[in-house]
Amino acid sequence: MAQVAHTVKDTKDTRVDNEQTMELTRSDVASELLRELVAHLRQNRTQLREEWVRRISETRLLTAMTKDEIFAEATSVYDSYVEALETGTFEALQAYARNLSERIIPRGVETHEVVGIVLLLRDVLARSLFAKYQTDFKKLNRILDAYEPAANRIANTVAVGFVQERERVIRQQQEAIRELSTPVLQVRERLLILPIIGVIDPQRARQLTEQLLRGIRTNRAKVVVIDITGVAAMDATVANHLVQTVEASRLLGANVIVTGLSPEIAQTLVTIGIDLGKMNTVGDLQGGIEQAERLLGYKVATLAEPS
Amino acid sequence: MEVPILKQGDVLIATFQAALSDADLNQLRSGLVRQVVRFRSRGVIVDVTAMDVMDSFASRTLREIAHMIRLRGAETVIVGIQPEVAFAMVQLGLTLEGVATALDLEEGLIYLNEKFETMH
Repeated sequence: MAQVAHTVKDTKDTRVDNEQTMELTRSDVASELLRELVAHLRQNRTQLREEWVRRISETRLLTAMTKDEIFAEATSVYDSYVEALETGTFEALQAYARNLSERIIPRGVETHEVVGIVLLLRDVLARSLFAKYQTDFKKLNRILDAYEPAANRIANTVAVGFVQERERVIRQQQEAIRELSTPVLQVRERLLILPIIGVIDPQRARQLTEQLLRGIRTNRAKVVVIDITGVAAMDATVANHLVQTVEASRLLGANVIVTGLSPEIAQTLVTIGIDLGKMNTVGDLQGGIEQAERLLGYKVATLAEPS
Repeated sequence: MEVPILKQGDVLIATFQAALSDADLNQLRSGLVRQVVRFRSRGVIVDVTAMDVMDSFASRTLREIAHMIRLRGAETVIVGIQPEVAFAMVQLGLTLEGVATALDLEEGLIYLNEKFETMH
């Protein structure tokens, strides 16, 4: 009985050994194939690269770039591609993809173009493999087994690198717009104007308020004119925020005059039922500044009759 | 901590030193309302520059002080509300309706002096 059990265990051990050897040989074979593949790609570098560039212009990708530029980039991409296939490490390619994106995004290259050219290269290379191994179907299959996963990963890496770079640019621009979009300007001693242009979302509304309140304190403002001529519409949340801004400014001792309310905004304010006693509104910016001057005790007079 | 009440001509000035307890606020209220008639003051300035938090009790007490002092024949102005505090207050709906506010002590004095002139 014990003898039998022992034999069974033995067999199992042998099988495990066998599997390990198989695994080893399989990865050996794979890397062997990959080496062969890389050698093939290096050998036919010029021809394949030209084929790829031809296909790129054929499919009208990268129209924002000149032919020479495409060729130069294609050369670098091709070499990085082969290198990534050979070493199996993607850091260098990733860095290159980021660098490339940085250069081509400002020129208006779209995501679909970048993904498109990488997929084209993948296609061109696969076709050359078909041509090379058309007589030996089994070998072709094994070569493709080695090639496909690496090629997919490369396509992924480049696409993700491009999108990440794009997102970084977008974030940077948003930041820039946010900083530009909230000027608090002093037009006279103790009189500020805050012209608001464009869409106000809750985040921007909050930032506007903070900047205005800080401006009131640093400029010791008594009157603030908020001009919203450039705001087409606002939702109830933002409208409420505007009312809060007016109230908060009053707590700092400043009078707020809101000018340039569009009919839609007037409708919103009436619908949410704001207390009109709290809001001082004037039709246009000029009227607002005139009223502010009255509040501050200024009297504007022309020096002489215009000739 | 008790809030000192200073007399400056026609005006009483109460300056908050730091965050106050509810008891301190009640004491301030009764102190101001009593002294405004005793000193025949015409205006009261409450300076809250040092306060970085304004809860509903403090805000309500300030409003009560202002309204009670008006009933006692004087004007009140709250000065020195910080921008962050102001924003937090309006979000909580604490807007001190019917209470005069000014940027700082200097502005508060200017406001009261203008008020006194029109009252003559």
